[in-house]
Amino acid sequence: MRIAVASGKGGTGKTTVAVALAQVIAGRTRLLDCDVEAPNCHLFLRPNGVETETVGIPVPQVDAAKCTACGDCGQFCEFNAIVSFKTEPLLFPELCHGCGGCMKVCPEGAIREVDRPIGVIEHGDCGGVELVQGRLNVGEALAPPLVRAVKAYACANGVTIVDSPAGTSCTMIEAVRECDYVVMVTEPTPFGLRDLKLAVGAVRVLRIPFGVVVNRVGIGDGRVNEYCHSQNIPLLLEIADDRHIAEAYSRGETIIGAVPAMRSTFAQLFHRVESECHHA
Amino acid sequence: MHELVVISGKGGTGKTSIVASLAVLVDGAVLADCDVEAADLDLILTPTVQRRERFYSGHLAVIRGDSCLACGDCMEYCRFAAVHTNGADHGAAPYWIDPLACEGCGTCVRFCPVEAIDFADRYSGEWFVSDTRHGPLVHARLRTGEGNSGKLVATVRNEAKRIAAEQHRQVIIIDGPPGIGCPVIASLTGTSLALVVTEPTPSGQHDLERILDLTRHFDIPAAVCVNKWDLNPFMTEQIERRASEQSATVAGRVRYDSEVTSAQMQGRAMVEIECTAADDIRVLWRNLARIASTQGVRLERTSDAVGIA
Amino acid sequence: MKIAVTAQGVTPDSPVDPRFGRAATFVLFDTETSESHAVHNDQGVNASGGAGIQAAETVSRLGAELVITGHCGPKAFRALEAAGIKVVVGAAGTVTEAISRFTGGALQPASAADTDEHWS
Repeated sequence: MRIAVASGKGGTGKTTVAVALAQVIAGRTRLLDCDVEAPNCHLFLRPNGVETETVGIPVPQVDAAKCTACGDCGQFCEFNAIVSFKTEPLLFPELCHGCGGCMKVCPEGAIREVDRPIGVIEHGDCGGVELVQGRLNVGEALAPPLVRAVKAYACANGVTIVDSPAGTSCTMIEAVRECDYVVMVTEPTPFGLRDLKLAVGAVRVLRIPFGVVVNRVGIGDGRVNEYCHSQNIPLLLEIADDRHIAEAYSRGETIIGAVPAMRSTFAQLFHRVESECHHA
Repeated sequence: MHELVVISGKGGTGKTSIVASLAVLVDGAVLADCDVEAADLDLILTPTVQRRERFYSGHLAVIRGDSCLACGDCMEYCRFAAVHTNGADHGAAPYWIDPLACEGCGTCVRFCPVEAIDFADRYSGEWFVSDTRHGPLVHARLRTGEGNSGKLVATVRNEAKRIAAEQHRQVIIIDGPPGIGCPVIASLTGTSLALVVTEPTPSGQHDLERILDLTRHFDIPAAVCVNKWDLNPFMTEQIERRASEQSATVAGRVRYDSEVTSAQMQGRAMVEIECTAADDIRVLWRNLARIASTQGVRLERTSDAVGIA
Repeated sequence: MKIAVTAQGVTPDSPVDPRFGRAATFVLFDTETSESHAVHNDQGVNASGGAGIQAAETVSRLGAELVITGHCGPKAFRALEAAGIKVVVGAAGTVTEAISRFTGGALQPASAADTDEHWS
């Protein structure tokens, strides 16, 4: 079973919820940190024995001996990654999406592919949780291929939690797609509600069942709850605003570490998600 | 004309709330909401939209069902798992392309044996020019699942610059996107000053350092403000020390204040209500004005300059 | 020789556009005939990434041997170099003024990009 934890707005508590869920699920759980621009789960779980693998995408390399400078590759490329001015093609690998089209288009078979690193996957052990995190190289434009590579580590049996990036762009879609359920984290504020609606829109297009966790209840009002009710969206959990929790977070402590009673709260959240999944 | 950009690295540190207050204090700046994935500045500034434009970026492959031979070549060529088969709810097309997965590379279009695939311009979002009580606002909305390459951010900024020139406004305030990727770079290059809003947490510090790498790389002077600083004074001092070591100027600190949300719910900026955060933001603004003046930028109230023919 | 000058308008008295990749237009000037015409840089303006590369392709197709502009980023510079086109940076004022300054020797071709990659 794959459970994605997502949010329209940043800073609502996605990582907090993803980490807590991973910690309470019995047996070994895998937590995939797909927020590859800024993976944060490791700051709270402190993994041991980290093993690193490089992830790359296939980019073109031209065999000058075979190239006739016909320019077809440059004409074809939508991303300006390969350009030909009636000369040997000029390559801009940082713009390449790895589609392989130029290689197929070349009438001389002069293009082959080589791997260009875009980031790393780091595997670590955190007690009962296996953490697999993607970390995009600074300055890289393309995150989805790295997210795809991290998602390949989802458990075949057992539970995988996917910490997704905030927002609704292609990177978030890549993290959330093909999961069985999405836990949407928000806060009871106007910004929280606005961004929740955007994220709900995204998840509905993907047709994945989802529910909402409202974090920091008490700072705002009930409009998020009203919205969920009017849209028949399950309200899975409300976490009261607690300065103590915020301070613990600022020290790098998990929510369960700071408030041990939360262990049963999150266990109940997981059971609720499981039963929502069975109904869906 | 000068641009002040407010960015954060980590999301959710309070950028937009602070930008709203700066918009009030500077009064008469052009405002650019460059957080195109989840724009929220308009919730405080309640704009009246004057103009809306569609934004196109890249292409989308679409199979024409009646021409499709169902040979499956497109599915074989597609590297992005965008081609699907046997969808009863997709009309007559035996094969169909998921727009959320299609990268617009054109490979299937090129190699379809019967040219059954159209390659349409991709409608990726919208942008708007609006009036607000504190100055014109340019904002945008990227559609779900679209790539955020920075091009829509650049479009918003360019329009803001055009309006500033046309209306003789001296200052543009940019509400930047979270993260450190292309959209942030697009909001940052060529600005006069970057204000980085962070929080006293491990991720706040971690992402601040990555953002300061970026501002240094693009030669943009950086000022730092720790929001909700009193949640962890030790961490705050550590962050401020690290920021100074990385040649950023510490511009201020804002206290954790429950009134911040009240202001948001009323659709007002923090400095439009009585609260401790508002006092801290006024201090921040005065410091920013001082830092900006060393860069030759005037951040004082510009409303006097507006309307000069 | 054909010179392409990045411009903010379509006439020779338009201001120089300081950008290359996303310049609004290119004013093409033929030094032999003293004729000029303008071409909109649609492809550069609309490119998601590598606008400078697109713009380089455009000016190359137009037969330009020299580009005069404000700034040129690294990808654009590489592309222009591959196309055999020289680049003059630091131009300002109108298109006509920029061309005079070049022909008068006040502006020289650049040996490298003069700015980082950027978006606007």
